[in-house]
Amino acid sequence: MIKGVNTEIALTHILSRKKQTLVASLGVTVGITAFVFLNSLILGFNRFFDDQIFRSMPHMRVYKDDEISKSLLSKKDTSALNVVVNPKMLNKTKNLLNPQQILNEIKKQPEVVTAAQWVTVNLFYTSGKSQMNGVASGANIKEADAMFDIATTMVEGKAGNLESVSNGILIGVGIAEKLNIRLNDNLTVISSLGASKVMKVVGIFSTSNSISDKIKSYMNLSSAQQLLREGPNYVTDIYINIKEPDKVVEYKPLFEKISGYRVEEWKEANETFVAAAKTRSVMMRSISGAILLVAAFGIYNILNMTIMQKLNDIAILKATGFSGKDVVKIFVSEAVIMGFFGTCGGLGLATILVNLVSHVYVGGDIGFFPIRFEPSIIAIGGFIGMFVTTAAGFIPARNAAKVDPVEIFRK
Amino acid sequence: MEENLVLKTNNIGKYFYDPIKFKVLEGISFDVKQGEFLTLVGKSGCGKSTLLYLLSTMDTDYEGELIIDNETLTGKKPDRLAEVRNEKIGFVFQFHYLLPEFSCLKNVMIPAMKLGKYMREEIEHRAYEKLDILGLKDLALKPASKLSGGQQQRVAIARALINDPKIIMGDEPTGNLDSKNTSIVFDIFKELTRGHNQTIIAVTHDNDFAKASDRTIELLDGKIVNLNKQWD
Repeated sequence: MIKGVNTEIALTHILSRKKQTLVASLGVTVGITAFVFLNSLILGFNRFFDDQIFRSMPHMRVYKDDEISKSLLSKKDTSALNVVVNPKMLNKTKNLLNPQQILNEIKKQPEVVTAAQWVTVNLFYTSGKSQMNGVASGANIKEADAMFDIATTMVEGKAGNLESVSNGILIGVGIAEKLNIRLNDNLTVISSLGASKVMKVVGIFSTSNSISDKIKSYMNLSSAQQLLREGPNYVTDIYINIKEPDKVVEYKPLFEKISGYRVEEWKEANETFVAAAKTRSVMMRSISGAILLVAAFGIYNILNMTIMQKLNDIAILKATGFSGKDVVKIFVSEAVIMGFFGTCGGLGLATILVNLVSHVYVGGDIGFFPIRFEPSIIAIGGFIGMFVTTAAGFIPARNAAKVDPVEIFRK
Repeated sequence: MEENLVLKTNNIGKYFYDPIKFKVLEGISFDVKQGEFLTLVGKSGCGKSTLLYLLSTMDTDYEGELIIDNETLTGKKPDRLAEVRNEKIGFVFQFHYLLPEFSCLKNVMIPAMKLGKYMREEIEHRAYEKLDILGLKDLALKPASKLSGGQQQRVAIARALINDPKIIMGDEPTGNLDSKNTSIVFDIFKELTRGHNQTIIAVTHDNDFAKASDRTIELLDGKIVNLNKQWD
């Protein structure tokens, strides 16, 4: 067979009914546009909220869990019941033993992007008579910056200043405003244990989260340890960032084994958020799926109609030696051609739309509208578009192949 | 099968099931020689069209045996039958039946493109040749739907000829034409059998048409009553 006789017939059919072809293709265009746009929206939203979370929280956190007092009696005598009356949390220290070694071990893992020792201090910022409560993170500023990208949020001073000033502190812009503090001013902080320390403000940061700007500060590890009246080996947490934050659940046991302590990953710490993200995805996927289905029905309908009008032609083709397979090929090609143009149009339109919307300024903590464009979405959209239209074309095409020419000629 | 036979039937029978079981054809056996112009005649409902569709391999629901060009086609797969139709059989229908969106030339070319024996340029050249035989060369590029009935029927004949088939089958090929066009089509058929040794089987109820053919088989109530009807 000469290559493309079936395609040529399909093309002629399509070109001789341009309007219908256009309508069917436009249906696919709308479907694919909705699909790509909504998926970009989900991706943008999820990335945005992930970013929000990972600005103040690591992917994983190693810490010492509280223990409840247990019975001191041995359990050997099973006939007796040992009861601990009024069990309480053990008043043990919350620091990790030998944190430097644990950190070194963790950093050896190939999945780990950054890891940092961390001490969290609850404290008051005071200036004259005014006081504000807040939370300070004591950490190596280099490691902390690699994890939370502090440097890009600085509005005054530099994050790196902490390295050279041992009693330096980086404060949120909210604290600076309320306490009327400027760069290089002194700021007295008082910890929950009563220790007070005069700090020098070496930087002011402004994140997109105004609440954390009002409570958060960064200081050197040693300052935090002093405020807790502890020595240089006192570390309460090790923060870990890995390459693929979605896979934390898989890596959790590994890090628990390495450290010997409990590991909390961001998903269990933010269950509500994860559930909300899932709900959003399901919602948008079902909407885009429904629109795609409607588009598929458009193709199905128009092809069905074409076939009803072309029973005579199908009978002639069969009489002149076209087999059922050829007839299927002809009509599936028509669906594929319509689907191809519709899909291309949809992908193009979606690209334009996503681009436009991503330049809409929403303001507030969000900034520009959080929509994300990714090649993988285009690829999936293209694939689904072609698959759905081909499938929608196949059903009527198969019916066309079953047309009995004798029945047509006898009429 | 003898050397110069192109079609042979053995005791063919067929039933219709709707509305009741009814035997339309019974015990049909005959041979067709190479280059013969054969007509099938009979009253309306005698089964002559049904028989033609059986011979054309489009209808496979029958008993008996059908042999075309030394190949037994009874019980063959639909794809093989489609190949046989493409290569060995050319059709001419009562209602011309061209593909309306295509030009005359394309209509003629399509079966050859399906066969794929020649290159595209060669097919086009051959299609022009066939249209020329039928005096339609000037209309080659016109859309099929713009032609008159007689012209469409001649294009259909050109299409039937394009793959140099063993047999041309016609179902009332002149049934829908005026007398002038009928005589044109008839002359073409005559020329094809005489000049090109083409085998033709045609169903007709036009007695003048049948009289002028080489041989006429007469059917009555699904049976052959005369294998070589003599006209008075």
